[in-house]
Amino acid sequence: MAEDWRAGGFGLYVHWPFCEAKCPYCDFNSHVVQGVDQDRWAAALAREVGRVAETTKGRVLGSIFFGGGTPSLMLPETVARVLDAARQSWIWANDIEITLEANPRSVEAGRFRAHAAAGVNRVSLGVQALRDADLKRLGRLHDVREARAALDVARDVFSRVSADLIYARQDQSLTDWEAELQAFLDLGLDHLSLYQLTLEPGTAFWDRAQAGGLRGLPEEDLAADLFELTQEMCDAAGYRAYEVSNHARDGAESRHNLVYWRYGDWAGIGPGAHGRLTQDGLRHATEAWSMPMRWLEAAEAGSGDRRLERLTARDMAGEYLMMGLRLTEGIEVARARGLCDAALPERDLEDLLDFGLIWQADGRIGTTPRGRLMLNRVVARLMPGD
Amino acid sequence: MTTPLSHIRNFSIVAHIDHGKSTLADRLIQSTHTVADRDMKNQLLDAMDIERERGITIKANTVRIDYVAQDGEHYVLNLIDTPGHVDFAYEVSRSMRAVEGSLLVVDATQGVEAQTLANVYTAIEADHEIVPVLNKIDLPAAEPERVAEQIEDVIGIDASDACLISAKTGVGIPDVLEAIVKRLPPPHSGDPDAPLKAMLVDSWYDSYLGVVVLIRVMDGVLKKGDNIRMMQTGAKYGVDKLGVFRPAMQDVKELGPGEIGFFTGSIKQVRDTRVGDTITHEKKGATTPLPGFKPSIPVVFCGLFPVDSAEFEDLRDAIEKLALNDASFSFEMETSAALGFGFRCGFLGLLHLEVIRDRIEREYDIDLITTAPSVVYHVYMKDGEMRELHNPADMPDPSKIDHIEEPRIKATILVPDEFLGDVLKLCQDRRGLQLDLTYAGSRAMAVYDLPLNEVVFDFYDRLKSVTKGYASFDYQMEGYREDNLVKMQVLVNDEPVDALSTMVHRDRAETRGRAMCEKLKDLIPRQMFKIPIQAAIGGKVIARETLSALRKDVTAKCYGGDATRKKKLLEKQKAGKKKMRQFGKVDIPQEAFISALKMDG
Ligand SMILES: Nc1nc2c(ncn2[C@@H]2O[C@H](COP(=O)(O)OP(=O)(O)OP(=O)(O)O)[C@@H](O)[C@H]2O)c(=O)[nH]1
Ligand SMILES: C[S@@+](CC[C@H](N)C(=O)[O-])C[C@H]1O[C@@H](n2cnc3c(N)ncnc32)[C@H](O)[C@@H]1O
Ligand code: SF4
Ligand SMILES: [Mg+2]
Repeated sequence: MAEDWRAGGFGLYVHWPFCEAKCPYCDFNSHVVQGVDQDRWAAALAREVGRVAETTKGRVLGSIFFGGGTPSLMLPETVARVLDAARQSWIWANDIEITLEANPRSVEAGRFRAHAAAGVNRVSLGVQALRDADLKRLGRLHDVREARAALDVARDVFSRVSADLIYARQDQSLTDWEAELQAFLDLGLDHLSLYQLTLEPGTAFWDRAQAGGLRGLPEEDLAADLFELTQEMCDAAGYRAYEVSNHARDGAESRHNLVYWRYGDWAGIGPGAHGRLTQDGLRHATEAWSMPMRWLEAAEAGSGDRRLERLTARDMAGEYLMMGLRLTEGIEVARARGLCDAALPERDLEDLLDFGLIWQADGRIGTTPRGRLMLNRVVARLMPGD
Repeated sequence: MTTPLSHIRNFSIVAHIDHGKSTLADRLIQSTHTVADRDMKNQLLDAMDIERERGITIKANTVRIDYVAQDGEHYVLNLIDTPGHVDFAYEVSRSMRAVEGSLLVVDATQGVEAQTLANVYTAIEADHEIVPVLNKIDLPAAEPERVAEQIEDVIGIDASDACLISAKTGVGIPDVLEAIVKRLPPPHSGDPDAPLKAMLVDSWYDSYLGVVVLIRVMDGVLKKGDNIRMMQTGAKYGVDKLGVFRPAMQDVKELGPGEIGFFTGSIKQVRDTRVGDTITHEKKGATTPLPGFKPSIPVVFCGLFPVDSAEFEDLRDAIEKLALNDASFSFEMETSAALGFGFRCGFLGLLHLEVIRDRIEREYDIDLITTAPSVVYHVYMKDGEMRELHNPADMPDPSKIDHIEEPRIKATILVPDEFLGDVLKLCQDRRGLQLDLTYAGSRAMAVYDLPLNEVVFDFYDRLKSVTKGYASFDYQMEGYREDNLVKMQVLVNDEPVDALSTMVHRDRAETRGRAMCEKLKDLIPRQMFKIPIQAAIGGKVIARETLSALRKDVTAKCYGGDATRKKKLLEKQKAGKKKMRQFGKVDIPQEAFISALKMDG
């Protein structure tokens, strides 16, 4: 029998942990540091690629994703050295997708051509908003004009361009968002990630909210209305929601992110990166050291990972459900139960069908539009308990 | 060596709540050097945590005092400090049965209050000599002459030689001691050579000694090592330890007629020690028992459930021990779909309920859920049978019911004129029927026939608030009367929630129902679908709220790096569900019930 990860494919995630400034809502592993020795980092990342490849020999690599932090701050040479290492480690799929996350600023846009030359064929631009006042509130360094210019360059250079937007912002009404999203759709990109602003513990926004500040964030009902409006407008414009927050023209889905959601295997390298790797038929979770220098020294000494853990049947089924039900296509019932027979308890399935929160067809289940908005509840019901 | 009867004085100290009984007891103990000065503290006898915290007496306490009187003779005084709150009236009447006289303490700044009256009647019923004591004369607001007159007018006992004292400063205490010796009678009779007859006055559980039994010897002599028998229950024990309270336990070799003391005897069975029972020797014992006590009748019932269902057995243990300590508290097992296993418990009133609940929570460290208090209804069936209903959840099929009667009380309220209007309105609102209204000086005395059900909820609190604390209140059970009473059910998602069923008067059902539905709507977290919350009487909905469905609970971003952490959050969410009680498809957190049942609403 084929190993389970094959149903989702295999990808490589590379984390670049540096940014020019820390955004107040961001809880990613990102650090503001001057004078990064890119040569040294390139060597360490390349070495890590080689190390992980030892345990996954002979696999076909379908995608590479440079995430961050701000990977568009990587010098094209740095990107190239990591890609070289990946090239030597695995067999590349013919249509391999190589994405770079980028901030839409002129500095970075100036390097796009060289990044493309190094092999990047897709960018994901963190536009975040099309209103200057809101970009300021979000603590971003760019304005709308600069973002539009960066988008133009990107479309010129890369065959595939995606952009991120954060909505459900302070004081954002339905009509505000409708206008802003329409302008965004009008750009005619092939892929959009539309995230509702989330307050994450440990961020400046979180602290402000705890202290009673950050007023005007939408209540549950408005947030749900904003979400529903987003689905309608994207659908109407031909950007199908293939995941909770991701919309694409047909065929333009992020192949790399689909590896996560279809619960494939991925190698995670760079500070704080997580991976899922099947070795000797058993799935493992890997996690690298988060602090950049700590990671760098560990990587140079042989391995940047701080943790390697065998996943239990419950873990795997839980992760498959949590990731897979984010997708419009849903999950395969037999696969979930094959991972752990306590997954998808019959009674809960029936209840959720009754409530109209999920559908079931052709051996798959997925969420209805209403169920998607309640995904956490749905998954909590369906994952194996202890 | 037992004390001759002529040199024994047994008495209780009775008064309205807070008039200074325990403080007077302090002074009597102190001025006779029963307790060393360094061991003295205020309200020494109020030893329980709740007593000290609330500043009230809950359990009656006995102390033996040695006093050399002005006549040069040595007397043994046994005093019983009693509680003042109406809920503990039974404790007072029981204590009075063990003694021959009472010190009636009246706060000279307050005058006669409802329990002053109630206590006097009980004392007269027990054939007591009464010595009035006017307390708190150190306060500028004290009006001893006026209060003495009031005692004569309202109560009808002679107050011309009342003792004027300040229990706080000690003024007048020597007079009180002399009055005890001179004006209170010695024990009426008592033959040391007759077969033993001792009254079981009280018993409680002590974690070191086991069950401790408080007795008053009437005839005969009880010695350490004797084998005794309880005449009612037939239980037999050897006396391991015999002693008196000073107020610490002090061993004695024997207790003779007229004396009050305690014994222990490896008593295991809680039900073996029944207050009012007669204790005699196993061999050559008495043949006729003492009259015994009127049993106390619990009037307020509620369910007590452990928050953590694993603590059910601990709760059983705690309740059994407390029941021993408190003859007027009853219990039986109960199960509820909402709350699991617990006990249906009977109390003498709401304060009594609160005290027991507090003690279980503190002394036994068990978190409790208390269901809405209910009184005992008499349900008359069409076939002529009468059923006692302690729990609204057990209400029989209404079509088989002929009529329902509810307990009524006779309430006596003393209140300054200026608040009388508010008090009358309150009684009216609570379906009260006025029986009498008289005046004594600037105070009115209103006597009402009220449904007990309307009083157990928050009557006392309301009375305090409308009269700024100036009213006093006493009641006694009057019997049962028919009224238009119905069981109100609460349905969540069309499923009845037994723990929330209550009996209400038909005219008030809508208001109560609406309030309950609104409260629940706020308390139950929104679920994946909308939920109707209804109050209903026999299938007819009288109030309704709809809890709208939760619309959004989704994580915006989840990629490969988040999997581990986000899955943990979902697992927590799933585990949280286990703490919920399931009603059909609805999960209701236990806290929601706890809050819905909080008595403040
Ligand atoms: N000023 C003054 N205060 C007094 C006097 N006697 C008692 N008090 C105060 O009155 C309050 C009630 O006194 P307690 O002795 O607890 O009254 P009690 O009658 O035993 O009360 P319960 O047992 O709850 O019925 C306390 O705050 C005492 O300090 C007195 O002679 N003068
Ligand atoms: C890995 S992050 C950062 C990529 C890049 N550094 C940037 O800021 O554009 C990818 C995206 O996550 C989204 N994001 C980050 N924090 C968020 C939050 N607290 N709430 C909602 N979306 C968030 C933003 O849209 C961001 O572009
Ligand atoms: S949002 Fe992007 S740019 Fe801002 S701190 Fe996070 S990773 Fe860096
Ligand atoms: Mg007291």
